[in-house]
Amino acid sequence: MSIALAEDSVLLREGIARIVEAAGHTVTAAVGSADALVAAVRHAPPDLVVTDVRMPPGHSDEGLRASAAIRESYPELGIVVLSQYVADAYVPTLLDAQGNGGIGYLLKDRVGHVNEFLDALDRVAGGGTVIDPDVVRQLLARKRDDGPLASLSQREREVLSWMAQGHTNGSIAKELYVSEAAIRKHVGSIFAKLSLDHDADRRVLAVLTYLRSQ
Amino acid sequence: MASNPLWFLTSSWPWRSFAYTLSGAAAGLVVAVAGFTYIGAGILLSPVVIGVVLLSYAVVVGVPIGRLERWRLRLMATPDRPTAEDPHVDASFASTRERLAIWRSEPASVREFGYAMLLGLLFMPVNIILAVPTVMATVLLFLAPFLTWDGPVDVFIWRAETFAEGLPIALGLAPAWLVLSAYVQTVLAGAQAEAARALLGPRTGELEERIATLRRSRLDLVSAFETERRRIERHLHDGVQQRLVGLTMTLGLAETQLAPGDGRALVERAHSEAEAALGDLRDAVRGIHPRVLVDHGLLAAVNEVADRSPLTATVDLTVARLPSAVEETAYFVVSEALTNAIKHANAERIEISGAVDGDRLHVEITDDGSGGASVVPDGGLAGLVTRLDALGGTLSVSSPTEGPTTITMEAPCHVEA
Repeated sequence: MSIALAEDSVLLREGIARIVEAAGHTVTAAVGSADALVAAVRHAPPDLVVTDVRMPPGHSDEGLRASAAIRESYPELGIVVLSQYVADAYVPTLLDAQGNGGIGYLLKDRVGHVNEFLDALDRVAGGGTVIDPDVVRQLLARKRDDGPLASLSQREREVLSWMAQGHTNGSIAKELYVSEAAIRKHVGSIFAKLSLDHDADRRVLAVLTYLRSQ
Repeated sequence: MASNPLWFLTSSWPWRSFAYTLSGAAAGLVVAVAGFTYIGAGILLSPVVIGVVLLSYAVVVGVPIGRLERWRLRLMATPDRPTAEDPHVDASFASTRERLAIWRSEPASVREFGYAMLLGLLFMPVNIILAVPTVMATVLLFLAPFLTWDGPVDVFIWRAETFAEGLPIALGLAPAWLVLSAYVQTVLAGAQAEAARALLGPRTGELEERIATLRRSRLDLVSAFETERRRIERHLHDGVQQRLVGLTMTLGLAETQLAPGDGRALVERAHSEAEAALGDLRDAVRGIHPRVLVDHGLLAAVNEVADRSPLTATVDLTVARLPSAVEETAYFVVSEALTNAIKHANAERIEISGAVDGDRLHVEITDDGSGGASVVPDGGLAGLVTRLDALGGTLSVSSPTEGPTTITMEAPCHVEA
């Protein structure tokens, strides 16, 4: 697939480009600022955007804002946002993104786990939501003894964390070496306990929104 | 003295005044000799550098004289007007060199130098001319009957030739003279003591100004530290950390291109080692200046540090963005409290609450541990107490031996110099 890449560190930009090109993808644009990214996407819309969160000139959340701007014009375009550290403060902005395209939030460290990273790109390009396991871990780490999260069993918490990362029932079943039917049962129980809306397409968002509100 | 002249005569005042003017004459003599020697040496040696140095530190000579004179002024102290307070900054912590520099820059030293000139050039001669003859005359008048044994004694128009003729002088004239000179000496001593009080004591305006300067310089120090930490953090973050991330990417890519075997196992090991280094670096950066604090503020940073802690943490913070010095200090108070709760108190739960009340930020951290925490010198909390102090805030620790430990901090939301 074709990928537009924005990352202000030349070192990392080239590193990411090498990885995706080695996997047979095409880098249509490799830029170092949010404005250049928006311009590049307008010029030749790619299949997927991979962008750093903080970029010049302000080095705050330019990448996130560029993503929001891009999604307004290209609601179906998948966007993977890379961050250097875990900050669940970014999650609401991501969840608020317009359109049905896939959304990914990954730590830069994840890029080094090449297969995991490439798999995440594929899932986002396919319209899925992928959240870095570390971010999910942090959201789940909120230790409350009361509240519905405490009522989940150990297995259900495990399944919840996979769900939050954007895995399907099938892939969770494979990871945990159980049948997909067993996972379906766990998911149903989780949604009932947390009183969430069971909509297969939006379930990651539902779970994340729930976790954040805790 | 003015209120009751008779009571005055029986009080200690005449004697104290005598002692003051006489000792003033002696002190003035020493000051004049020492002062002239010092300045003379300075001028003589000025072709050599040392002379210029001597002269440039001339004001400092006033400092020991001021100390001596404040001590002597105790002779003239009354319950409501004690001796003058030391007007100098407490420089006991400083080295001799630093102390000299501090003294040289203080207006109090200049005043003390001026007072030394007054003492050496005016008070000393006046006291020698007035006080010394007075004392001598008094003694001589009392001894008049005995002095007649050596020959006739002339006092103004009287002439006493025998012991009996000398008696009226000793019993009448001498006390009268004593009373008169007591008044004169007391006026003289009072005037000099007044000058000493005016010149040797601290000035209120100066004190306030000095406090303001100190506050400013402490704030400058705190913000200089903060700037420096930010610089180090940015350097690690944008430099070393990027390189390590780049390294993990290259190693990750290498893994995919190598066939399974010893070489690939080594690369995988290098990859996990690089990641461990990255993790260590992240922890170090977090302790220096957490990026999430800069980007997202206190609440996000506290949530993050609480989430990473093994304790069951409740965070109830209602704060918007605050000045970075305040956010940073509050963050480190929370993270120190978390560390202490785990390390020393074996706590299981911790509650972090805080809000802005008016113009002040209040943060309270309570754990369910074993207590016994305190602010020890060089401990993590002591540094935070100093920082809060500089910001105009406070930190208090309540930690009975059975627990719980509550750390309360308070800081102004606006930092003004």
